[in-house]
Amino acid sequence: MSRLQELFKDRGQKTLLMPYTTGGFPNMPECRLILEAFIRGGADMIELGVPFSDPLADGPVVQSSTRQALQQGIIPDDVFGLAREFSSRLPVVLLVYYNSVFSYGQEKFAAAAADAGVDGIIVPDLPVDEADEFIETCRGHGVDPVLLVAPTTPDSRIAMVAEKASGFIYCVSVAGVTGARASLDEQLPDFLGRVRKQTNIPLAVGFGVSEPEHAAVVAQYADGVIIGSRLIKMVSDAESIETACREIEMFLRDVNQVLA
Amino acid sequence: MTVTSRFGPYGGRYVPETVIPALDELTEAYDRLKDDRDFKDELAALLKSFVGRPTPLYQAGRLQEMTGCRARIYLKREDLCHTGAHKINNTVGQLLLARDMGKNRVIAETGAGQHGVATATAAALFGIPCAIYMGERDIERQELNVVRMKLLGAEVIPVSSGSRTLKDAMNEAIRDWVTNVRDTYYVIGSVAGPAPYPAIVRDFQSVIGCEAREQIMETEGRLPTHIVACVGGGSNALGLMEPFLAEEEIDFTGIEAAGEGLDSGRHGASIGRGRQGVLHGSLSYVLQDPHGQILEAHSISAGLDYPGVGPEHSWLHDLGKVRYDSVTDSEALEAFTLLSEAEGIIPALESAHAVAFVARQADLYPDDGLIIINLSGRGDKDVHQAARALGIME
Repeated sequence: MSRLQELFKDRGQKTLLMPYTTGGFPNMPECRLILEAFIRGGADMIELGVPFSDPLADGPVVQSSTRQALQQGIIPDDVFGLAREFSSRLPVVLLVYYNSVFSYGQEKFAAAAADAGVDGIIVPDLPVDEADEFIETCRGHGVDPVLLVAPTTPDSRIAMVAEKASGFIYCVSVAGVTGARASLDEQLPDFLGRVRKQTNIPLAVGFGVSEPEHAAVVAQYADGVIIGSRLIKMVSDAESIETACREIEMFLRDVNQVLA
Repeated sequence: MTVTSRFGPYGGRYVPETVIPALDELTEAYDRLKDDRDFKDELAALLKSFVGRPTPLYQAGRLQEMTGCRARIYLKREDLCHTGAHKINNTVGQLLLARDMGKNRVIAETGAGQHGVATATAAALFGIPCAIYMGERDIERQELNVVRMKLLGAEVIPVSSGSRTLKDAMNEAIRDWVTNVRDTYYVIGSVAGPAPYPAIVRDFQSVIGCEAREQIMETEGRLPTHIVACVGGGSNALGLMEPFLAEEEIDFTGIEAAGEGLDSGRHGASIGRGRQGVLHGSLSYVLQDPHGQILEAHSISAGLDYPGVGPEHSWLHDLGKVRYDSVTDSEALEAFTLLSEAEGIIPALESAHAVAFVARQADLYPDDGLIIINLSGRGDKDVHQAARALGIME
């Protein structure tokens, strides 16, 4: 059983808290501080982004974080290094655009991820019908390939994802890019119900989840909740990294209360 | 027959899951409509009465003489299409698809503004609201086209991310599409993007080659020996070449932008200097750094200023079916002037790249050669930039 499977199995009634930040944002030392704040805030798992020049699935907040990381010269190996530092303490999942994997070499990328203790890899621009080789390569290295479904995904494609997914399924809460939104999509419960009907694999919900109230709704239907843009914005808006980390920690504690 | 999604290893659909169902819907609609009699008749009628097709195949005698070329040179006059470039062939076709699919909004990306204008024009023709994404840098250098799009009733959305050119406009258009995918149709302007777009755009542009083939047979009684076209994303090149590709004897050349020189790092030669990668939904040759970060392209012509290329071109390159060469900014500018003076035709800077290539190696063509150059667009949009570069204007 993979570490992700165990984590979800042992979760009891708690919906898992899975905060995201971009690896190397705003720079390497401060990124470590942010990840420490994630842990203090009660994160069950960390999602780390591998910065890419053209992040199609991301809104302005995450875009600017990847740009800053790239300006620091961050490369995939740096993010593997970061993952290695934290993966002994809690599960780490990478979010990486397909060209970064392709350029690194699929086999080499999966091997490096496994070596760094990475538990899962999410590729937001690799839909299930393009992912066979990637899925097999990840599995070969004991890393869970995390597949995505969206509210627009028909039942026939959910079935394909259900058949091939492992670790958890990433449910995109809304048609759109990442970024904080005022409210959740009204259709979310229906959508998650459609997915649940076809699989027992844990479901994590991301995109647009930015308030404890959102998380409370998600917790009724899903096994994990992913929060990213809201946390990155706290870093961008704060006067100092120390302030940002305090805010992140407090915010995550608040969220965690509604997830228990 | 189902629309091709792969060209050898190239192509595919590397986009977020959210839009995959829309790509399936488009594939299904195109499969159903492309051989439908009513659809074909309506498209043909619009190409004739609205676009102004067929465009002439013009024998450029003075260009031949002034370049010292022994082979005859023909120009396929896509510059005479309504809106001034070949782009309209594709947008009229795609707007017909959008209408038949019941979409009530269209979006597009644009570099030089030609595809934006062509989309805005076709959208106006069908009365469908339209938003065009355009990089801020391109907005500065292609002001005329911005005004045209606005006059046509389109909303022009400036894109300030990245290099502020075509690549970033396309990122932003895809993000819009992901958000509004249920009722919005995305009109991709080149033989790029996720499947089925590369095949759809090629099919709509192949009217160029179909006409050229008939025309050259009529005037010369034989096929051309050489076909030359510029390649940014590569839609005008593929449109002209596709109906001839089965011919073994024809020499096909695609001309990429060498910008300030291939060794300067400032160019748009994705096939010449790129390597395999994924950009904007398909696997193809891409300009990228050793870690897979997409590089900024450079060309004096906004339409060739793109770090990727259509996946079918990558495959044609690997097969050796089409040769890819490149032309610098300054060579393109020279050809811009040359064609204007020799033939009274001011070409788009994009098309000037193809003319420049033929001029550069004019003495290599045989006596009995027949060259067709795709004159993909007219140069009105480029006169300010050319004037500055040539020192005609301050």
